[in-house]
Amino acid sequence: MIPVTPAPSSFWNDTGKTGISAWIFSTDHKRIGLLYLFSTFGFFIVGVLLGLLLRIELMAPGRTIMEPQTYNALFTVHGVTMIFLFILPSFPGAFGNLVMPIQIGARDVAFPRLNLLSWWLYMGGALIVLASLFTGGGPPDTGWTFYVPFSARTGTNVSLAVFGVFIVGFSAILTGLNFVTTIHRLRAPGMTWGRLPLFVWSLYATAWVQILATPILAITLVLVMAERLLGTGLFDPGMGGDPIMYQHLFWIYSHPAVYIMILPAMGVISDIIPVFSRKPVFGYKMIAFSSLAIAAAGSLVWGHHMFTSGMSDTAVMVFSFLTFIVAIPSAIKVFNWIATLYKGSISLEAPMLFALSFILLFSIGGLSGLILGAAATDVHVHDTQFVVGHFHYVMFGGTGFAFFAAMHYWLPKFYGRLYRERPAIIAWALMFTGFNILYFTMQVLGMKGMPRRYYDYLPEFANLNLLATVGSWILATGLVILLVNLFHGLLKGEPAGTNPWGGASLEWSTPTPPPTENFAEEPVVTHGPYDYSRTGVP
Amino acid sequence: MSHAGEKDYFGAKLGIWLFLFTELLLFGGLFLLYAVYLHRYPLDFAAGGRGLDWIMGTANTLILLTSSLFAAMALTALQKGDPRRSIVMLGCTVTCAAAFMAIKYVEWSAKISHGIYPGSELLKNGAPGESVFFALYFMTTGIHGLHVLIGALLLAWIAARVKSGAVNTENSILLENSALYWHLVDLIWIFIFPLYYLML
Repeated sequence: MIPVTPAPSSFWNDTGKTGISAWIFSTDHKRIGLLYLFSTFGFFIVGVLLGLLLRIELMAPGRTIMEPQTYNALFTVHGVTMIFLFILPSFPGAFGNLVMPIQIGARDVAFPRLNLLSWWLYMGGALIVLASLFTGGGPPDTGWTFYVPFSARTGTNVSLAVFGVFIVGFSAILTGLNFVTTIHRLRAPGMTWGRLPLFVWSLYATAWVQILATPILAITLVLVMAERLLGTGLFDPGMGGDPIMYQHLFWIYSHPAVYIMILPAMGVISDIIPVFSRKPVFGYKMIAFSSLAIAAAGSLVWGHHMFTSGMSDTAVMVFSFLTFIVAIPSAIKVFNWIATLYKGSISLEAPMLFALSFILLFSIGGLSGLILGAAATDVHVHDTQFVVGHFHYVMFGGTGFAFFAAMHYWLPKFYGRLYRERPAIIAWALMFTGFNILYFTMQVLGMKGMPRRYYDYLPEFANLNLLATVGSWILATGLVILLVNLFHGLLKGEPAGTNPWGGASLEWSTPTPPPTENFAEEPVVTHGPYDYSRTGVP
Repeated sequence: MSHAGEKDYFGAKLGIWLFLFTELLLFGGLFLLYAVYLHRYPLDFAAGGRGLDWIMGTANTLILLTSSLFAAMALTALQKGDPRRSIVMLGCTVTCAAAFMAIKYVEWSAKISHGIYPGSELLKNGAPGESVFFALYFMTTGIHGLHVLIGALLLAWIAARVKSGAVNTENSILLENSALYWHLVDLIWIFIFPLYYLML
């Protein structure tokens, strides 16, 4: 970890143990949270670099910097890294661990040693995925979805990569059951369900999806390995199997998994918007309920990834209908955030700017999702750049921007120091601009018919592809400024104080940085998380 | 609502039940494939089921049910303050697990020696439904067998903890949760047995 010189008696130094082993074997949820933050964010950087290389290759038709096989491997590894090693584990692992126990007034999670094991499993799985790139037949080239029959036949190192993802999944299950138990059992006196910060509610819904969906991924990946190593033929039509069954099993997990990625992000936004509007959140109960509704309804819509797979028309209609149902709780959230902003005293600081752009980008992503969710229009844009643009709008514009919002909002609490505001806003402006140039162009390209995952393309797509690549450079420049400014501030900036933003949830009542035990004495909660009038903040 | 550090009995129980649920879902994926392929190849599945030895299957069902009884008795013995008896009962459970695995070994060896195993030439050239049936049979009983092995090792380790006094009458949650895990292994077999061995 990066050493800091914080106030005495914070979790950085109050146990007297600050060596490497005091971190990687620590059961303190804050240290584990930072371990997750740096390990997942490290993989995020790797994913970003791979993405930039992909964009450079697509800058012009024909070969630009790499061979087709390298391109196939890079988009696979970009997807696997970003999804399984960054977005899925990062929010629960990093901010869930850092903030959730403090927000409910607990000293730690319910199973601290299991929590540490989760991180170790994550690291083990991640290292196995890394090893798969350099051993055997080379990096997998199947795309992150590992679709059969190609994944069962390709000579690349799919088995090892899949095994790594399997281990990472086990880590997610343990985090999920740890968080559900923690939220049920360790709430401080007075912390009723109606007083939980909305971030905790979103983590609660997320944890259930982690518990209920991840085992299906586990068995699916085991079956892919068996297909490759034993030749079981369960997905091979030549042996009586059916490749569609692989797609079903994969999406039974992987669709709910996108809610593992987006729900905690929505929770952060629900926490940030009221603080920077100086106004209690509008529709607390509906936001909390809609998290659970998204988790529940989102588990029944996996078939919308398979409209062109040859599945029955009845199934297509049912899945299309259910997909539209998920739009309702998502819209409930968006409308409640906007109602919270209404007549608020809005201060446009960095966390708020990222949160507001989340609403816009997530809405664009969500609405383009409806085009994909409707069977008739999906047939036209299926497997085009439109899907890639949509997915990046919800995952990067949604979860990614929420992650940056959370970094600016919460990390000063744990480092005790603040970043500088101006560079943070410049970074945000660059990222927001670059993001839209990059991914909106992709959606247009998809509408014009450019397929996804293609190494080469027709000359008429050249201008827009060049534009998208330039967008990726603007986005990356913003990201560099953001990281330099943020971490320079966290290490050398002005002291943050106990409550820099004037929040009313419990994490703003402990010292900055919090001590290992979180609270000097067990807090007794007497007001809601957005009840600013009763916390003494202006 | 209690705090970390103190032993939270209900928290530990909630945790293990959630974990058992994930195990059910893991096997759920295999049962889902079974349901779909049974619907597609009912006759081949019936033929495959007749190819399994129902006597060995029944024997293993009885053995696992008995082992679950021993696991429950081990817990009761410890809670009533008799660690010695508890260790004996755990020993009986592990012995049953070993017997189960031995029978499984005989069964699998017989199948493999007849050329029936995933990816074998016999299955590739036979009826597609039978190939799927036996692939699922080997995957399901294989992963279940792995769980039997893990459960038996877990209970053996717990027996050592009971002997050392780390798990005792006041603090028996580890044994209770491990016994719950063992019952789950048993429960899953209760579904495997009729679906594969009693296929008519």
